Amino acid sequence: MTDATLSFEEAMDKYDPVLGFEVHVELNTKTKMFSSAPNVFGDEPNTNVNEVDLGMPGVLPVVNKTAIESSIKIGLALNCKIAEKCRFARKNYFYPDTPKNFQTSQYDEPIAYDGYLDIELSDGTVFRVEIERAHMEEDAGKLTHMGGATGRIQGADYSLVDYNRSGVPLVEIVTKPIEGAGSRAPELAKAYVAAVREIVKNLGVSDAKMERGNVRCDANVSLRPHGRERFGIRSETKNVNSLRAVEHAVRYEIQRHAAVLDSGEPVIQETRHWHEDTRTTTSGRAKSDADDYRYFPEPDLVPITASREWVEELRATLPEPPAARRKRLQADWGYSDLEFRDVVNAGVMDEIEETIAAGATATVARKWWMGEIVGRAKNADVDPGQLGVNPATIVELNKMVEDGKINNKMASEVLDGVLAGEGTPAEIVGKRGLAVVSDDGPLLEAIDAALAAQPGVADKIRGGKIQAIGAIVGAVMKATRGQADAGRVKELILERLGVEG
Amino acid sequence: MTENNELIRLSAAALAEKLAAREITAVEVTQAYLDRIAAVDGKVHAFLHVNADEALAVAAEVDAIRAAGGAAAEELHVLAGVPIAVKDLIVTIGQPTTAGSKILEGWHSPYDATVVERLRAAKMPILGKTNLDEFAMGSSTEHSAYGPTHNPWDLDRIPGGSGGGSAAAVAAFEAPLALGTDTGGSIRQPGAVTGTVGVKPTYGGVSRYGAIAMASSLDQIGPVSRTVLDSALLHQVIGGHDPRDSTSLPDPLEDLVAAARTGNVEGMKIGIIKELHGEGYQAGVENRFNESLELLKGAGAEIVEVSCPNFKYALGAYYLIMPSEASSNLAKFDGVRYGLRVLPEQGPLTIERVMGATRAAGFGDEVKRRIILGTYALSAGYYDAYYGSAQKVRTLIQRDFDAAFEKADVLISPTAPTTAFKLGEKLNDPLAMYLNDVATIPANMAGVPGLSLPGGLADEDGLPVGIQLLAPARQDARLYRVGAVLESLLEAQWGGPLLDKAPSLTATSAAAAASSHGGSH
Repeated sequence: MTDATLSFEEAMDKYDPVLGFEVHVELNTKTKMFSSAPNVFGDEPNTNVNEVDLGMPGVLPVVNKTAIESSIKIGLALNCKIAEKCRFARKNYFYPDTPKNFQTSQYDEPIAYDGYLDIELSDGTVFRVEIERAHMEEDAGKLTHMGGATGRIQGADYSLVDYNRSGVPLVEIVTKPIEGAGSRAPELAKAYVAAVREIVKNLGVSDAKMERGNVRCDANVSLRPHGRERFGIRSETKNVNSLRAVEHAVRYEIQRHAAVLDSGEPVIQETRHWHEDTRTTTSGRAKSDADDYRYFPEPDLVPITASREWVEELRATLPEPPAARRKRLQADWGYSDLEFRDVVNAGVMDEIEETIAAGATATVARKWWMGEIVGRAKNADVDPGQLGVNPATIVELNKMVEDGKINNKMASEVLDGVLAGEGTPAEIVGKRGLAVVSDDGPLLEAIDAALAAQPGVADKIRGGKIQAIGAIVGAVMKATRGQADAGRVKELILERLGVEG
Repeated sequence: MTENNELIRLSAAALAEKLAAREITAVEVTQAYLDRIAAVDGKVHAFLHVNADEALAVAAEVDAIRAAGGAAAEELHVLAGVPIAVKDLIVTIGQPTTAGSKILEGWHSPYDATVVERLRAAKMPILGKTNLDEFAMGSSTEHSAYGPTHNPWDLDRIPGGSGGGSAAAVAAFEAPLALGTDTGGSIRQPGAVTGTVGVKPTYGGVSRYGAIAMASSLDQIGPVSRTVLDSALLHQVIGGHDPRDSTSLPDPLEDLVAAARTGNVEGMKIGIIKELHGEGYQAGVENRFNESLELLKGAGAEIVEVSCPNFKYALGAYYLIMPSEASSNLAKFDGVRYGLRVLPEQGPLTIERVMGATRAAGFGDEVKRRIILGTYALSAGYYDAYYGSAQKVRTLIQRDFDAAFEKADVLISPTAPTTAFKLGEKLNDPLAMYLNDVATIPANMAGVPGLSLPGGLADEDGLPVGIQLLAPARQDARLYRVGAVLESLLEAQWGGPLLDKAPSLTATSAAAAASSHGGSH
């Protein structure tokens, strides 16, 4: 069943959107939040666990100090206040991905609170998003439901559980309600999550790969008629795991809410699931504020105290803020304002930085990312960084072009091969036989044939009309299936005809 | 008395001396205890599991090291080769751990509790695992899913709880030492009713890692023994910081053994807690308590009276905090990863229903009662009134202790209001059962240490009475200093240890077996 939607324009005409985000950031600490097991997800299931992660009888948690440091750094980068003393609580609920049947999480005493983040939109407008809190918690295990058609627990024959992720440290960043974004709401949503991702990546506290779930976004959307102060009823779209999806999900929910409100029905407060294939959401669990998790302070942990000295020490280690970094990078790379904004809006600033670090010039890096990769990512409907191009590939391709081994057209073809998983650029060039023909022998053969086929053109060139050479070059390129170096072909033709170039 | 009977009646300190002098071997001692268990545990039922092979192997290793001499022998711990029993709430590799519950029947822990690691490091042979009320919830050991333990003084009576198994094992000479856990009195009250010594250390003084949690903010592991010095020796083995327990104190352990050996109360102020004696306390308990005060006075202590007005709220607050924490701590027993798994008899096999069926079948009534109480107390809308208020009471109790310890160096009270009651007597009256802990609970609520030692036999029933000493947090040494003095004064009066007056379980075996059957079922 698909929900009715209004067009985005009509929705905006009638309603004012209010947003809110909960972004979960997985920290890249060596060990887990409360145990000494390795914080590595994706290995063989249930291998990166110890008795604490499995919730064995008698175990106790111990807080990971590095996770606290990372959380404080995130709080500082989000311009938050850092609590001098805070505690963990237990969130009690029965579910088999949570081995203790409670999650250890901060509740009413977050480590960081009252911050903000200034978000620059594509046209340079700056929008301030207020941060309510950033708190620490542990991740749950991963359930895989087998036998059902949908991969959901309903209808499954059985479920498998992998506790490798159980106890991975998380920081959840919660915004205050975001008002006044209007029709920029979807764009702001994407830019906000991009900004958070950029911050945690630059801090080095998270691998920050959305496709791996290192950064996960729950997007809250509600609508209210223009001019009304009271918020409408919100939906919470869970696990929107790419920047493009964040934008699309917010846009879709605005359109869906508008249709519900237009029909005179109340919006249901619920969790929605995002479907990337259809770019729609479907109803999940009904969620009310009355969900009773029976929170109480975690008695197995002592309060965390963050002395002001420690906080200032950590503040001193923070990398430059994103705005300053952009200014520096633009100057270093020599891009115009417009070029740089395009790069930022395309979401490839980090990728260009990495490509330059790998040995490309700023111009070459921009040419590849903006000219080749962004378009492909758009066609594939993924963020450019998720397409699978690594900086070394670009450097290698560019070197082949500069060395005259292949031309630009071939390089583009090789890139397609790399993305199709056919191998490294060198392997693909070999496999596809894509080398610029630089041996004069085959070229001279083709030139002689072309001159013999077009004696009139040959005469014109001999007579000094050198611009006529294009017809012969074209024939040679055709004969060599584009593998000849056009410059060298030109030289050889003139040499053959005894004409000074 | 046979030679082996003499061995089992020695204190741990005496055994340690004879082992070090190579007058006896650890294998002899361990075998003597295993024989005793075989002879009397059918009546007492202190043990849920006997660990004979491993205990003898550890004993043999100690003997081999001693026989070889040299540095390795020199480095042996003072208690090396002295056997010990472990409450079955504490996890052990190589033996089952049940917590006295069907829900963990057959479960083997993949790891050792920190205290068990320390026993192993000291090379103390572990005789086995002792009975307890299910998940340590009870004051009589009658709530064990594996049947009650019987009091060696009168097999028709309760051995206290929840650590009735450890106390009865020590009282019946089935072990010289045992480990207990104390959440509201589960070490001290069994000590009182079995005529043994039990200590609840300062909260954080002994690592809780590997003790199956009932109420995390109240639980504490501690020693169970026949003498004050023996408890000090064991406390010294298990105490001290553990990085795996965040609530473990960083302080280095005081020399508790020295405190017990150099007991002295001269000039000390000992405070009687006005609210913890008199009305509601059995006359024979009150008489023995007053005698102890006179003895301490005679040894140079000054007896003062202190008032702790908020102690009257302690029991009520305890029965909110303890079940609240327990309801959450016991949520992990759901049949998904370990232990019992029961499928619903009919209807769909959803995970919620499997968890429900498992918990319905696996937990006993008292555990369910506390889970329901705690779940209710933590519910939205009730949290402030129940859990929140109880935490405030806790602060008030701490302040009462602070004020009392300004007037007195240690406090003193009877450990339990009565002597051991009959098995079955209070089983269907939870409130009457809970009242047993009225004198022991305040220490858990405030985190202060407490020690119970035998104070004699009550006039009316000839059963043991316990005297409780309480000290400020981190001042556990004071308990041993005062306890050792009182113990020696009392023993001088009795002409030997109180346990000498306990019935010989082997001599009256036929009668005891008959009465135990009559009393418990």
